[in-house]
Amino acid sequence: MYSMRRWSAKHANKLHHLYSGVESTLYKAAPLLEKIGYDKLEKPFMAVEKVTKGLLFDSQSCGQCTLGSTGMSCPMNCPKTIRNGPCGGVRPNGKCEVKPDMDCVWVVAWEGTQNMPPKEQAIHIVQPALDSRKKGTSAWLREVRLKRQEKAKANASQ
Amino acid sequence: MYFEDEPNPGENLPILPGHVSAGRFERVLRAGQFAVTAEIAPPDSADPQEVYDRAEVFDGYVDAINATDGSGANCHMSSVAMCALLAHKGYSMIMQVSCRDRNRIAIQGDVLGASAMGVSNILCLSGDGVQSGDHPEAKPVFDLDCMSSLSMLKGMRDQKQFLSGRKLTKPPEVFLGAAANPFAPPFDYRPHRLAKKVAAGAQFVQTQYCFDIEMLENYMKKVVDMGLHEKVFILPGVGPLASARAAEWIRSNVAGVHIPDAIIKRLAGAENQKQEGINICTDMINAIKDMQGVHGVHIMAYRMEYAVAEIVEKSGVLGNRKPWYPTRDIA
Ligand code: SF4
Repeated sequence: MYSMRRWSAKHANKLHHLYSGVESTLYKAAPLLEKIGYDKLEKPFMAVEKVTKGLLFDSQSCGQCTLGSTGMSCPMNCPKTIRNGPCGGVRPNGKCEVKPDMDCVWVVAWEGTQNMPPKEQAIHIVQPALDSRKKGTSAWLREVRLKRQEKAKANASQ
Repeated sequence: MYFEDEPNPGENLPILPGHVSAGRFERVLRAGQFAVTAEIAPPDSADPQEVYDRAEVFDGYVDAINATDGSGANCHMSSVAMCALLAHKGYSMIMQVSCRDRNRIAIQGDVLGASAMGVSNILCLSGDGVQSGDHPEAKPVFDLDCMSSLSMLKGMRDQKQFLSGRKLTKPPEVFLGAAANPFAPPFDYRPHRLAKKVAAGAQFVQTQYCFDIEMLENYMKKVVDMGLHEKVFILPGVGPLASARAAEWIRSNVAGVHIPDAIIKRLAGAENQKQEGINICTDMINAIKDMQGVHGVHIMAYRMEYAVAEIVEKSGVLGNRKPWYPTRDIA
């Protein structure tokens, strides 16, 4: 929801904690999730994720969430889908070059970032190219899966 | 500047230790010279002669020429073709690569091809939105952004592989650049954005038009404080305005260009506005050239390309250095 974007950026810090909280809870529940099977969970998870993130962040469900690095402003609302900061076309009033009625996603992101503690300001990290196959899939499940795989790898190499 | 190992035009220079490219632009910068680059407008034509004519006006005044890639989202001859034609003549080309029209498959292919044809510098841009050009109904691509495209090309050069991990038999030996706009919000984030571009692989950066010295000073101060000027060559952008009316138009229609009222007033009050535009540009260069952290200047003289010679001459930034051009060394 567009009207929520600024609010979410203002409360970026709390929302970021909430968001990380959801992720870590899911991670704790991973053994259970694995028993059920990630594939079976994809649909219901995506439904919840879409509604909550859609409402709060106007999330476009790219499946590779970077909200933590964007002051909780979804970069996929940028008409150029830039995932690494504002383009050179931002208007003097902070509005978007392409959509003059919309606040530049990255102006909002920078505001949001300043409401987060410095060590959590991942806006300074280069985000890699997007994998367009992941669009419309659950970023939460993907995170949990990735973390589990990493851990399994680490355990195996010990 | 003359190099001992000056090759025949169209053949690349040997790559010096510590350099990444076979081009003269990187050499000029790494030799500590104040570099001058200019922008060439690609023709709406399939005639190579038009390309040569457009380059010739810069002969003896610039170290490298930017070939724009559908700038303003308008359709013209492609930057890769312009660069290939001119690199063949020996010019040092900066190929602009925008993410608006091509995905990662096309960009990587073009960069390999360009490098094979003697292009030594690539400048990664996100690109203007299609709404600003002559084909607003086109589908924007934006598969990558300037940052991910920089790191992809750096990977091709240094890791010798495509983004997919597939190996290259010969990597593109290119000097990588990016654009910066210190004159658009969010201002305090802009230096951080430059840092990010450096981290992604940018080795030189050219900025949007500067008409506001104070704003550039503030930006450069932060850039120097962050030590970025030691990691990246910085060439602020300048350009002549044709008239007060043109300036008004640019200000309200070209994304990201900031022109203060004082500049417009100065133009409006001049008897010969075009000449005043050239004078303002020269003044800008004079104010910029001694700023800490500045390594050169990028002149964008759209539709006033002929003025570049006068601007460079009057600003005196080249001293008695004569940049290479096809007939320079022919006695
Ligand atoms: S102005 Fe902001 S939201 Fe609009 S295209 Fe540029 S970066 Fe994206």
